[in-house]
Amino acid sequence: MEFNIEIGDGVSAAVDYIRNNFQDGLDGIATVIEWVADGTFIALDIMPWWLLTALLVVLSLWRVGWKFSLFTLGAMLLVVGMGLWEETVNTLALVLTATFIALVVGIPIGIAMSRNDTLETLVRPILDLMQTLPPFVYLIPAAMFFGLGKVPGTIATIVFAMPPVVRLTNLGIRQVSEENVEAGLAFGCTDWQLLSKVQFPLALPTIMAGVNQTIMLALSMVVIASMIGAGGLGNTVLTGIQRLDVGLGFEGGLGVVVLAILLDRITQSFGHGATGGLFSFLKSVFATGSRAEGHSGTRDEAKEASPAHGRNG
Amino acid sequence: MSDAALQQPSARDDARQEADEDRIVVENAYKIFGGNPDEAYRLLGEGKTKDQIFRETGATVAVQDASFTVKSGEVFVIMGLSGSGKSTMVRMLNRLIDPTFGTVSINGQNITAMNRKALIDLRRRDMSMVFQSFALMPHQTVLENAAFGLTVSGRDKADREARALEALEAVGLGQNARSYPSELSGGMKQRVGLARALANDPPVLLMDEAFSALDPLIRTEMQDELIRLQREHRRTIVFISHDLDEAMRIGDRIAIMQDGRFVQIDTPDKIVSEPANDYVRSFFRNVDVTQVFKAGDIADPGVQPGDGVTEISADASLDEVLSIVSNADGPAPVTGEDGKRLGAISKTALLKTFDKSR
Repeated sequence: MEFNIEIGDGVSAAVDYIRNNFQDGLDGIATVIEWVADGTFIALDIMPWWLLTALLVVLSLWRVGWKFSLFTLGAMLLVVGMGLWEETVNTLALVLTATFIALVVGIPIGIAMSRNDTLETLVRPILDLMQTLPPFVYLIPAAMFFGLGKVPGTIATIVFAMPPVVRLTNLGIRQVSEENVEAGLAFGCTDWQLLSKVQFPLALPTIMAGVNQTIMLALSMVVIASMIGAGGLGNTVLTGIQRLDVGLGFEGGLGVVVLAILLDRITQSFGHGATGGLFSFLKSVFATGSRAEGHSGTRDEAKEASPAHGRNG
Repeated sequence: MSDAALQQPSARDDARQEADEDRIVVENAYKIFGGNPDEAYRLLGEGKTKDQIFRETGATVAVQDASFTVKSGEVFVIMGLSGSGKSTMVRMLNRLIDPTFGTVSINGQNITAMNRKALIDLRRRDMSMVFQSFALMPHQTVLENAAFGLTVSGRDKADREARALEALEAVGLGQNARSYPSELSGGMKQRVGLARALANDPPVLLMDEAFSALDPLIRTEMQDELIRLQREHRRTIVFISHDLDEAMRIGDRIAIMQDGRFVQIDTPDKIVSEPANDYVRSFFRNVDVTQVFKAGDIADPGVQPGDGVTEISADASLDEVLSIVSNADGPAPVTGEDGKRLGAISKTALLKTFDKSR
């Protein structure tokens, strides 16, 4: 007896239906994403390599410490020396764009989940699905809806990278101690004040862990997204594979690793405050300046991180 | 009662000075968690116990039929073992927990019927709370923490910082305003918690096991601090505790809760001299009664004082009595505040009192 459930056909039909009936909506999404992605890329690319390097070194010095700032300097010089500067900036721009959009969408979803058990129950399995589907699967509908290029690559990256920040925002807010919440209420907080003055700041270390994970996933996805034309370091790796050029593939891979370490350390530092006591005096100088410059793509990240700055000093 | 308050009487200061005004009135308050509250209420009426009701309906009766009145300026201590419903009770006073049945009135206003906005106003203006685990905001400085209530109610920065600093100075932490809570010891953290509660100058303070997390020495120090603050400026305080020593030191009246019910509400010496049941008695089995009783409490009118023995005033501690009686030839005479002879204390009577407290 033959027994077939045609899920694949159903999904294809759904994709066709969306393409035929919601093209305007898709175009709107594409326009917004393209705008953010181009803006970020231009903001990074307009700087000469030594300026962006200097900014990253200062950021490393301020957030992590002098040893790490030396690593940053060496890593950036390596990228320039390998002739992969353009690709690296491109990938960085894509990662920052995808992360920015994932946070703008994901953090409110996480907050909503933390306040509503039913919503949590509904969203959980969707997050599970988003995290466990092989990343390549996202490329197909993304390419079908948005064609080839930066936009579908960014969208596939957003979908793949969003779950951690949603999960950890939800978790972080739920883990805020009952007495802190009670203290907020007992002193007359409104719902919004409770969220903005108690729950969000206290959940921030956990939320930042989510942001960090989202950035890491975005970086790994951006490489895969080069298969539908997202460009950047992924392209270098892909070309290396296609030509069986081990050296080229390795160089591209090294660029990705360098970016990963930089982004990881710097974003992690926002989760538990600065450790560079020696340079803490720089904080006051760069507290306003570098946040505006260094984080051109992730405005909200800098804003969220600010309450954590004073924590350890 | 400060002179400034007398010269410039405001409505609130006037209210505070009416010593006998009922500040908090709780009438037949119940809190039933889960299950079917109406069914649980009916079963309570039939005289079933908490355990029976939980088995039959799945509802947990946390507080049942609580009624009491706290006068303005009174320190009212609610005592009980963990699970007796005392924390639930204090949270019903500012509606962090809504009573299932019954009413709670603050300053004559029924807060159980209040809408959200009125409730938020009440919490900002009329009452504040101190928590067992301090519940400070780790991302804010001590000053910002102390100003929390004022920030929430929308005071401007200069005003709230001035008031918060004043409150911090009142608890001896003016120097630490710029520190973060993680840099403070437990006792200092709770001083910040206290300053935060005092900063918006509320007539009512709710203190939920406020000193229980502190080590004994610091705990006594904080109790003294509270007593001193009360002397300077009387507030209505509802204090939750499981420590009878503490209750005796700071309480004007003590209410003892057992299984969600008040079993005795009385003055500290009445609680010790006339405990309502064994549960109440169990609280002071290990308590040093000699610290609670004064000379006046154990003076026996039927005993003749010895010749030439030093007079003792009725509010002298038993330690003082001991030093006099042990060196005297006969029983020591005890005189009340009005100069009337209350009786005398013999060596035997004193020994018996000390013996009872062991």
